[in-house]
Amino acid sequence: MNFTTALARLLVFPGLLFALPAAWFFLWVERKAVALMQGRVGPPFMQPFFDFIKLLGKTTPPRKGVADLLMRAWPLLAAASAAGAVGLLPVLPMSGGFEGDLILLLALLEVPSMCIIAAGFSSRSLFGAIGSAREAVLSVSYNIVFLMAIVSIAASQHTFRLEALAQLPASPLRWLGILALLVCLPAKLHLNPFSLPNAEQEIYSGPMTEYAGPELALWELSHGLEWVAATGLVATLVAPHLTLWWLAAVVFVAICFAIVLLLSVVATATARLAIDSTVRFYWQCTLIFVVLAISSALFTRLRS
Amino acid sequence: MKLWDKLMCYSRRRSPWLFHMNAGSCNGCDIEIIASLTPRYDAEQLGVRLEGSPRHADILCVTGPVTHNCVKAIKTVYSQVGGPKAVVAIGSCPASTNVFIDSRTVDGPLDRHIPVDVYVPGCPPRPDAILQGIAKAADILAKRGNNNPPMPEPVTEATTESTTAEVQP
Repeated sequence: MNFTTALARLLVFPGLLFALPAAWFFLWVERKAVALMQGRVGPPFMQPFFDFIKLLGKTTPPRKGVADLLMRAWPLLAAASAAGAVGLLPVLPMSGGFEGDLILLLALLEVPSMCIIAAGFSSRSLFGAIGSAREAVLSVSYNIVFLMAIVSIAASQHTFRLEALAQLPASPLRWLGILALLVCLPAKLHLNPFSLPNAEQEIYSGPMTEYAGPELALWELSHGLEWVAATGLVATLVAPHLTLWWLAAVVFVAICFAIVLLLSVVATATARLAIDSTVRFYWQCTLIFVVLAISSALFTRLRS
Repeated sequence: MKLWDKLMCYSRRRSPWLFHMNAGSCNGCDIEIIASLTPRYDAEQLGVRLEGSPRHADILCVTGPVTHNCVKAIKTVYSQVGGPKAVVAIGSCPASTNVFIDSRTVDGPLDRHIPVDVYVPGCPPRPDAILQGIAKAADILAKRGNNNPPMPEPVTEATTESTTAEVQP
């Protein structure tokens, strides 16, 4: 991958030019799906876009006793790294990539959650601190499962290169890993059984309590980009290998859409779990599957 | 630049986020606000979102006759809402202190402390009336831009004394 293709992937497809509308679209689909399932009409199309523009035009009330520069830096860092993660997705066939880009993608996907933790603590708000502590505990719980699922997929196919993973035919082992990834997605995207960190109304807005105006707009944006990156990662692992570039792009978007719908159904059907139940869920129930997946991946690798 | 202003104006009208503040309300109006967000009335069609933090909000919905205890809180919360902002007084209490008029624990009506844009009368008002009030406030927001209305003059103790004296026989 040379400099121009890297820049094109970061800025055009699947980077910012595609990812921004996709982020707003996915946020709208999630809100609309939840509304329809609750028997409501739901927000109009382009609502997340209007929210974003409106937040850009709002003033920020003064904050006392807070490192202002630091507070501004966190949402910027979160949005930038989420956009970078989207840019790494190998949507188009023959799109390049490099050995180990899966590891970079995982690291970039993790940065927004780190930023949320840091933002909550640096806002010096009580609710921010509670939200950040919850986010940290949640991150420790689901990341074990998330990372082990990825490692099991990569180990079963002998590569850490995303494009190679996308091209290889899916083995039964990979499906086990993908299932584990899907179980982690609600926690990663702060959706309903695991919406602990931003628990609306319960702890006000959690780590975002002290944010307003353009900074809040960036947080919303980084959340939307996280949606695109996380669903896109699963979609690239699920999607069949196609040589036609436009068909590959259409299939990618369709699978992402299906995953967003699936997550919305789960979010509507469940209520928020307490923090101890969440930790128990990931450490006791899900970990077994992942240990199974990773051990069988290593076993098949030793045999071959 | 003009196009950007038009887009901003349109977005402000389409995305009013609420912060709900109870200023000593009996909970009647609060229930009606929640009812206007539920499936039957579904305020989200207007782009409304109930926010947990006043910093995220555009419209401050105040219920209750404004008790002495919460005057400071109302002013703090109002100053925490980023501009442009609007205030909707929900129910008869914040508009006129209702049946609590002349109570020694009440320091209302609301417009003595913060500028109010829309009054939604009723005890409690119906959810459709609340939705209409929010839609009107969103229109005001869009037209207002960043010029917030001036805060009302602080009420001195002497004037309060004289008004209570007039009422007493």
